[in-house]
Amino acid sequence: MTGTLAAIGAGLAVIGAGIGIGRIGGQAMDAMARQPEAASKIQTAMIIAAALIEGVALFAVVVALM
Amino acid sequence: MEIKKRFWQILIGVIGLSLFFIIPISLIETGGEKPHNEETNHNKTDKKFNATALIFDHIGDAYSWHLFTKNGKHVAVPLPIIVYSNSTGLNVFLSSKLEHGHHYNGFYIAQEGEYEGKIVESSGNVHNNHGITAEITEQESHSETAVTRPIDFSITKNVFEMFLSAFLLLWIFISVGRSYKKRGVTSAPKGLQGFIEPIILFVRDDIARPNIGEHKYQKFMPYLLTVFFFIWVNNLMGLIPFFPFGSNVTGNIAVTLVLAAFTMLITNFSGNKNYWKHIFATPGVPVPLRIIMIPVELIGVISKPFALMIRLFANITAGHIIILSLVSMIFIFKSIYIAPVSIAMGLFMSMLELLVAALQAYVFTLLSALFIGLAVEEGHH
Repeated sequence: MTGTLAAIGAGLAVIGAGIGIGRIGGQAMDAMARQPEAASKIQTAMIIAAALIEGVALFAVVVALM
Repeated sequence: MEIKKRFWQILIGVIGLSLFFIIPISLIETGGEKPHNEETNHNKTDKKFNATALIFDHIGDAYSWHLFTKNGKHVAVPLPIIVYSNSTGLNVFLSSKLEHGHHYNGFYIAQEGEYEGKIVESSGNVHNNHGITAEITEQESHSETAVTRPIDFSITKNVFEMFLSAFLLLWIFISVGRSYKKRGVTSAPKGLQGFIEPIILFVRDDIARPNIGEHKYQKFMPYLLTVFFFIWVNNLMGLIPFFPFGSNVTGNIAVTLVLAAFTMLITNFSGNKNYWKHIFATPGVPVPLRIIMIPVELIGVISKPFALMIRLFANITAGHIIILSLVSMIFIFKSIYIAPVSIAMGLFMSMLELLVAALQAYVFTLLSALFIGLAVEEGHH
């Protein structure tokens, strides 16, 4: 029972992270298409934001595993 | 033509590398199953393949380096065990003495309970630390539950791997440093130097400079470069599945804890007036609100490196678990027709892990630089 609940929790966390990172990626693509000369800066900011979201999602997954 | 040839070379190299990944793991598994076949036939059907145990055995640390199992015999590289116990003092011996649950000087590897998989000392036979008498009490100590954990300095699999990576890094960077000494910084780089120089410049120009600031970044370059190359090399070494590599160093939470603790200490010790002012007297915040703001800011000091620790640990561990799960699928379904699927997916994941290995080293270094940069920033409010 707890195992099932933990699996559902991990899945929910992954959905959240997927939506978040997907949005970041999409918006960054938009921004890069509008201003190709700022691509490197946008990329750095994108990776930082994605890493932060990923960190939160991994917290959730680790908690779910435990 | 030249490019096409190079492409094929790289492709063949990559496929060969990933085959290396899959074959040794499967060797261990098929080898492990054999003795059960020979012993009894019905035993085989009863015994269910335990994927969880296998995976956690592979990503965990161990006292000896298990290579493969052939005809029920484990072939492993013994590693030194160094334990300090309160009763018998310092003990140094090889891990081969503890194989198959053997006891040595009262030490053995616990099979169950709180210290499962760790070296424990049975306190039942502390008074006799000489061979023969210890053997007699061995049988009794099984029933006695009183076990203590000695202070453990053992060179385990992970520690050995870290020594190896440290040696590798020293070898690479001393030779690169020597070639700079010989040829000077103005002439074009050659050989290994040509491979390392762009990466160093990348860390300097894309990580340290924009995040820490033009005037202060130099002081932190040694740390950032060390942490970048240490994480990267260990991630890559964790992906190579045969003997001197393949240990899960950066997927061990103790290792990432130490790395994150370094970032936290450097951030806080190099923090200037503005940094501390933002924590204890955030500008623009009314005084009564500081009762809430100060704890929140202090939690932020801890939680930033904590996230660094969890991120690296979870990413690398998750990668190892996924690849091992894909390989385990063959043995869960007990069918050879799953193997091509497993190998194809394993190959794909291995490629992804190569990217993740570099990306996580980059992210760790980038966020460390960012936190340091926030701490040394001059106020402009």
